Amino acid sequence: MDKIIITVVGKDRIGIMAKVCTILADCGVNVLDISQSITGGLFNMIMVADMTKADVTHRRLSEALEEAGRTLGVQIKAQREDIFLSMHRV
Amino acid sequence: MINIFEISQTNEMIEREHLDVRAITMGISLMDCISDDLDTLCRNIYDKIYRYAKDLVKTGEDIGMELGVPIVNKRISVTPIALVAASCAKTTEDFVQVAKTLDRVAKDTGVDFLGGYSATVTKGMTAKEEMFLRSIPQALRETSLVCSSVNVASTRIGLNMDAVRLVGEIIRETADMTKDASGCAKFVVFCNAPDDNPFMAGAFHGVTEPDAVISVGVSGPGVVNEAVRRTAGKSFDVLCENIKRISFKITRVGQLVAREAAKRLGVPFGIIDLSLAPTPAVGDSIAAVLEGMGLERVGAPGTTCALALLNDSVKKGGIMASSHVGGLSGAFIPVSEDAGMIDAVACGALNLEKLEAMTCVCSVGLDMVAVEGDTSAATIAGIIADEMAIGMINQKTTAVRIIPVPGMKEGDVVEFGGLLGRAPVMRVNPYSCEDFIARGGRISAPVHSFKN
Repeated sequence: MDKIIITVVGKDRIGIMAKVCTILADCGVNVLDISQSITGGLFNMIMVADMTKADVTHRRLSEALEEAGRTLGVQIKAQREDIFLSMHRV
Repeated sequence: MINIFEISQTNEMIEREHLDVRAITMGISLMDCISDDLDTLCRNIYDKIYRYAKDLVKTGEDIGMELGVPIVNKRISVTPIALVAASCAKTTEDFVQVAKTLDRVAKDTGVDFLGGYSATVTKGMTAKEEMFLRSIPQALRETSLVCSSVNVASTRIGLNMDAVRLVGEIIRETADMTKDASGCAKFVVFCNAPDDNPFMAGAFHGVTEPDAVISVGVSGPGVVNEAVRRTAGKSFDVLCENIKRISFKITRVGQLVAREAAKRLGVPFGIIDLSLAPTPAVGDSIAAVLEGMGLERVGAPGTTCALALLNDSVKKGGIMASSHVGGLSGAFIPVSEDAGMIDAVACGALNLEKLEAMTCVCSVGLDMVAVEGDTSAATIAGIIADEMAIGMINQKTTAVRIIPVPGMKEGDVVEFGGLLGRAPVMRVNPYSCEDFIARGGRISAPVHSFKN
């Protein structure tokens, strides 16, 4: 599996989740898990997804998500799971 | 399964604490480029470097983007040119032509620096090596991305004082030939130079290395600084443990990047260099880490001890995180590239003598130190000799990157820009070592024990 971690941080508003999921669906990226919290109006979401069947490169996906982030006024990052596994697992 | 806390911690380290991978360096052997015809040599060098490194920058950027961690510099190191060009170079200009070829291929591959305009003259110099050394000022003036280094001492061989004297003259000449002596920022003199150092200006691809390797320099003073500050008021046991833990995490990022880059470029993984390297950015400072331990200013009593524990704890944490550790692997204390060091010099807390003491417990030595423009070649050689002796006796790498800035006096500030930062001109002891340096000859290797 080619897992990525998508993080969204910013001011809450309508349509953040819808937009992110639409981009992922359009790119052929399968969502595996979602964790979300809203504290004091701050939207914080972490999503685990699988890029095995994606029909775009990581760079294209990242650019699409960043672009959406700019429109929504939130910061969206898509990182390979490896960096977290490397840092936090022996 | 990775949890939210771990994801947030990683991203906080990247976004707020300047965690980055400082350099991916591709080492390339030029031994098979050697020719007795200069034009053929230059063509061979260009072709080989370009063939191996043409995708280096793009690969680094792709990996950085996919992992979400900046990879700041992409660099190339090559076999010492004094060896590669010895058979065909007849004049200093011939060596400079090789430097220009290196500069051209560095620009065409898009890397930020190329190191290896270097020589190893630890015991003595051949006529060609001396000619090569004399070509360095002109090579640094006529290129922009080429870095140069000379190894003049080692623990096993001793200290070549003829070379030290000559290097003093080379630094003087380079200072006079390049704007604001900026050429001196690309030249370093070593004792016990490692063959696999990925950091500039001292990177070269030693003859002990394979055809090509990928080495990675990790960094993260900002991250270590935060870890140190979280232990305020706690014992040294807690402090050291926290540095070790965070160093493990930092190094794992470097290891991941190195493995990935090696795989994509089809070149074996070499080493991870564990050095903490500062940048002029606020918060990305070694001085700040030391001050975070409880020093009012770096340079205060306790500074050498603080640096020693920092350096050792980083290694203890980092070594387990990587399959191969090498290079310099120690905290860097370049004055001009570290905002906290600059402030400490400006307020009088830190002087050249204290810096020298600090180099006994960390790499790399007196680094990016600006001195008055009229500092003599003999005094520069004396400063180098002291530093080389520290490395030789203590079985460690030491180096000197010193910049006598023409027209500048103590307290003036010279701007180099970018990663090289700005340097306050420091006071040099005014008493002469002219007769000492004029002796020449060699100092033989020190006795360490009677092992046989």
